[in-house]
Amino acid sequence: MKILEKSFFLALASAVLMLLFALPASASLGGDVASVHQDQAHVKGTLKTTSAKAFTVHEINASAKTVIKEYVSADGKVFAITWHSQFIPNMQQLLGSYYQQFADAAATQREGHYSHRPLNIQQPGLVFQNGGHMRSYYGRAYVPAMVPQGVSKDDIR
Amino acid sequence: MKRITMRSFLTLIVVGALGFLAACGGGGTPVGVPPPPPPGQNAAAITVDGGPVGGYVNGAFVNVQVCQPGTSTCQTIDHVLVDTGSSGLRLLASQVTTITLPVLSDSSGNTLNNCVNFLDGSVLWGNVAQADIKMAGEVASATSIQLIANPAPGTYSIPVGCTGMNEDSQQTLGTNGILGVGPEAFDCGASCDNTSTPPPVYYLCSTGTGCVLTTVSCGASCNDIQPNAQVTNPVFNFSGDNNGVIVELPAVTGTAATLSGNLIFGIGTQSNNALPSNTAVLQLDSNDNFSTVFSGETLPMSFIDSGSNGYFFPNGVESGFAGNNIPICASPNDSFYCPATLTPFSATNQSGSTSSPINFSIDNTDNLFALNPNNFVFTDLAGPLGPGGPCNSTNTMSCSFDWGLPFFYGRSVFTAIDGGTAINGATPPFVAY
Repeated sequence: MKILEKSFFLALASAVLMLLFALPASASLGGDVASVHQDQAHVKGTLKTTSAKAFTVHEINASAKTVIKEYVSADGKVFAITWHSQFIPNMQQLLGSYYQQFADAAATQREGHYSHRPLNIQQPGLVFQNGGHMRSYYGRAYVPAMVPQGVSKDDIR
Repeated sequence: MKRITMRSFLTLIVVGALGFLAACGGGGTPVGVPPPPPPGQNAAAITVDGGPVGGYVNGAFVNVQVCQPGTSTCQTIDHVLVDTGSSGLRLLASQVTTITLPVLSDSSGNTLNNCVNFLDGSVLWGNVAQADIKMAGEVASATSIQLIANPAPGTYSIPVGCTGMNEDSQQTLGTNGILGVGPEAFDCGASCDNTSTPPPVYYLCSTGTGCVLTTVSCGASCNDIQPNAQVTNPVFNFSGDNNGVIVELPAVTGTAATLSGNLIFGIGTQSNNALPSNTAVLQLDSNDNFSTVFSGETLPMSFIDSGSNGYFFPNGVESGFAGNNIPICASPNDSFYCPATLTPFSATNQSGSTSSPINFSIDNTDNLFALNPNNFVFTDLAGPLGPGGPCNSTNTMSCSFDWGLPFFYGRSVFTAIDGGTAINGATPPFVAY
């Protein structure tokens, strides 16, 4: 193959987008309703809100088949988040103050044996589950103590 | 299958950072492994062992030779993980020590960087470079790859949109790289090309201004007149045998120290890669999934993934999901199952007119690891995927069965790349076995 010259080209289809990174990363899981809007702005998504049982679901739709649902209790706190996307969303943004707990638990699982597999973190203060493959990821995170009474873990979907 | 066009307004420059990186360890030679099969034009040897630093379970590894484009200046990287669940070659920059691969950049000198997440919460970050990739007798010329952790950490901050456990070394990744030979040609595709809101996958970076999101062409496949520059499944860029791969591994009862097999390039292109008529062909949907029926539940987001190191499926302990109440192990093995004894299961893979029953067994992971500290092959390794509960249109958290590497033991598993022409009447993307 005589494509030596051809290799020296890079195509970038359109201009660069800087807006996303002007936004501060702020708490979402465990945060208040305002944090939902910050998450929405972060992924440049559209927002739809529905109420059910003892909570409100704020659904953010964005590019790359991204659907993020944030579950807000009656007292205005985000107690759970779910995601579906071609790519795993920014967990630091979504998990907020719970990010370090997630990172520490994930790192602990790596000790002993290397592997690449779905992540399942079951701690008293944080449940985090992620699965799928490149271009088809999904998962959820919630704080058990913040789940409103009468709401099942199965409602977090 | 070449789709390169010459027109471009952005040029690539060589960033010579790699040549200055210190050699950091090296791949060891596996102990006690039978000799690999004779090399062929389209067959590369697979070894399942503990990886370059040991301790990797159910990891299928190959050697990959990368060359400076258009030259015979090459280096062979050992212990690159064969991953049918992703697309594109990703190598630890710390292992690419004797050659300098040209990094892609724009006309202002901003380098192109790639961020990819994996299902375990890990993230790989690094420059996009181009290499001629050689395996067996095949060559993928001037193909975009990811150089993991290049440039050196601290040159500029990893953007906030690229989060997860940063795996930037042998010690954290457990391999020297990942060879994504999944059912897609590109790691991102049109989602990173024809859009005003690109996902957090590609960034242009400079030491002055940091990193900003960018789109990247995936070429004619994405109706873009610019040439493809995305990290690309090397098989797609081969001049022949470029429509998919077969992963062949022998059957194992229980556990073994190591295993040898083949990564065969092409499907139906040579005498050694025919798709037999009695093969179960599972056509993939737009998310590259098929259905698995398990415990009375239909799981429509199921997939076969050599880069997952066990069987992973919905757990019933938390939700009372019927038929599956296998206990999850205590930390640190809490991504795996720990039934009291070896337990048989069955499931059925479905797509179109194909219905393929599969039998498998699950053992106690704590015991497997404790009793076999020197083994890296575990046929009966499994763990939870999602929380369980019914899978339906409003609950898609528990809709996957992830058939990892143990599924490959004793099978020839075909992965056909999206966009290719039909093979024996089966239209890619599909998986078959």
